Amino acid sequence: MCLAIPGKIVELVPANHATAVVDVAGVRRRVDLGLLEKENPGIGDWVLIHVGFAMSKISEEDAAEQMKTLALLGESESAMQEVRGYGLTSEECGEGTLDPSCDAKGRPGCAQS
Amino acid sequence: MKFVDEFRNPALIHKTVEEIQRLTEPGRHYRLMEVCGGHTHAIYRFGLKDILPPNIELIHGPGCPVCVLPMGRIDDGLAIASRPNVIFSAFGDMMRVPGASGSPLEHKARGMDVRIVYSPSDAIKLAKANPDKHVMFFAIGFETTAPSTALTVMRARQEHLENFSVFCNHVTIIPAIRAILDSPDMRIGGFIGPGHVSTVIGCRPYEWIAANERKPIVVSGFEPLDLLQSILMLLRQLKAGEHKVENQYKRVVPWEGNIAALRAMADVFELRPYFEWRGLGFISQSALRLRDEYAEWDSERRFAVPGIRVTDPKAAQCGEVLKGVLKPAQCKLFGKECTPEHPLGALMVSSEGSCAAYYSYEHRKTALAMTAGTPA
Repeated sequence: MCLAIPGKIVELVPANHATAVVDVAGVRRRVDLGLLEKENPGIGDWVLIHVGFAMSKISEEDAAEQMKTLALLGESESAMQEVRGYGLTSEECGEGTLDPSCDAKGRPGCAQS
Repeated sequence: MKFVDEFRNPALIHKTVEEIQRLTEPGRHYRLMEVCGGHTHAIYRFGLKDILPPNIELIHGPGCPVCVLPMGRIDDGLAIASRPNVIFSAFGDMMRVPGASGSPLEHKARGMDVRIVYSPSDAIKLAKANPDKHVMFFAIGFETTAPSTALTVMRARQEHLENFSVFCNHVTIIPAIRAILDSPDMRIGGFIGPGHVSTVIGCRPYEWIAANERKPIVVSGFEPLDLLQSILMLLRQLKAGEHKVENQYKRVVPWEGNIAALRAMADVFELRPYFEWRGLGFISQSALRLRDEYAEWDSERRFAVPGIRVTDPKAAQCGEVLKGVLKPAQCKLFGKECTPEHPLGALMVSSEGSCAAYYSYEHRKTALAMTAGTPA
């Protein structure tokens, strides 16, 4: 929760507020860009993510260092668990209704489940 | 041990440690507090104590949100969720934290609808997918997570989402530092300032403390080299008799912070007159609640909250440990009744809590000690 996770923006999804698909060590999820308006983030930029929100833009080198720091702290697995958890699966959403945003590109595989 | 080669710039680490040793005056005792729980974890994990001169004492601060949350707040949240058709949602960190009536996970086992979310915006998603139920998001954290909750509440209002509310437990770091400085049994020489909290609040809020309390503060990153450099910067200030705010973590922390995040927080939250911190007691203007404009999304105003007050187990000395008066192992319950598997106090629950960190790494001789050499 307190340690930031670095990710690379691979797609912007302007229709749905300001969100982006980020790649974190091969896992792609949607994150919210609403707290980064001034930095004007674009595809290819690296960001630090807290609880599903990009909080700052950083250099690629610093992103690599942060990934390494997470590994050194033994936090890689829980960080990846957090990232994989962003955006709920239809199963997690609940018994009945499937949230239409669940099958968004940010959560591959979700639409089929 | 396998990560020995992976530390950034081992040569510079070595040089920094030498410089720290050179600057440390033998007759002087240095009490430096790392405010952030992430730093506490890193300090134990990297075995920094083993390579620092023995008269530098690192005091573990209050910067672990799970650890400073009074137990009664968990019971209050669970009381709301025990009403029919209420879903309790929270970050994974919260799930094993014991309230007097058990942890959220134990309540789930007894039939409560408890869901882990990894982002507050997913709690909104949960609410949309369950229109016949009410989703309560148990919000917790310092300024790293508070802006995300703020933005989520703003979106809930924009979308007129009626079946969603936030049980707000967000706290702010500056009043906690001031409370520690006011406490008579604390004599802190300087502060290692939190890294990721400062990406939001910037460095400016610390200036008041540096100027008025005359204590140096260095905002720090999380790598071994970051922490050692920050300690060195504090020592330099102490030697020169200075007390200013410095930013070691410039590559991530802008001096002004994240303006959009601060604006979202100011829009949604206001300061509570006072709030209880586990181990520190009541601190005025130290926590956030939703403004009147957002009352509809405030669980505390939407539901009757019992206002449960729970005292910690008598034998547990969480408060003393939290304030740095006692080391974790000096608590009577440490490693006996209270372990990471069966935590009695919150400091044992989170990996950022000093007891859990101490428990995990106490006996560990780390790679860093081998890299940089133990001081004579």
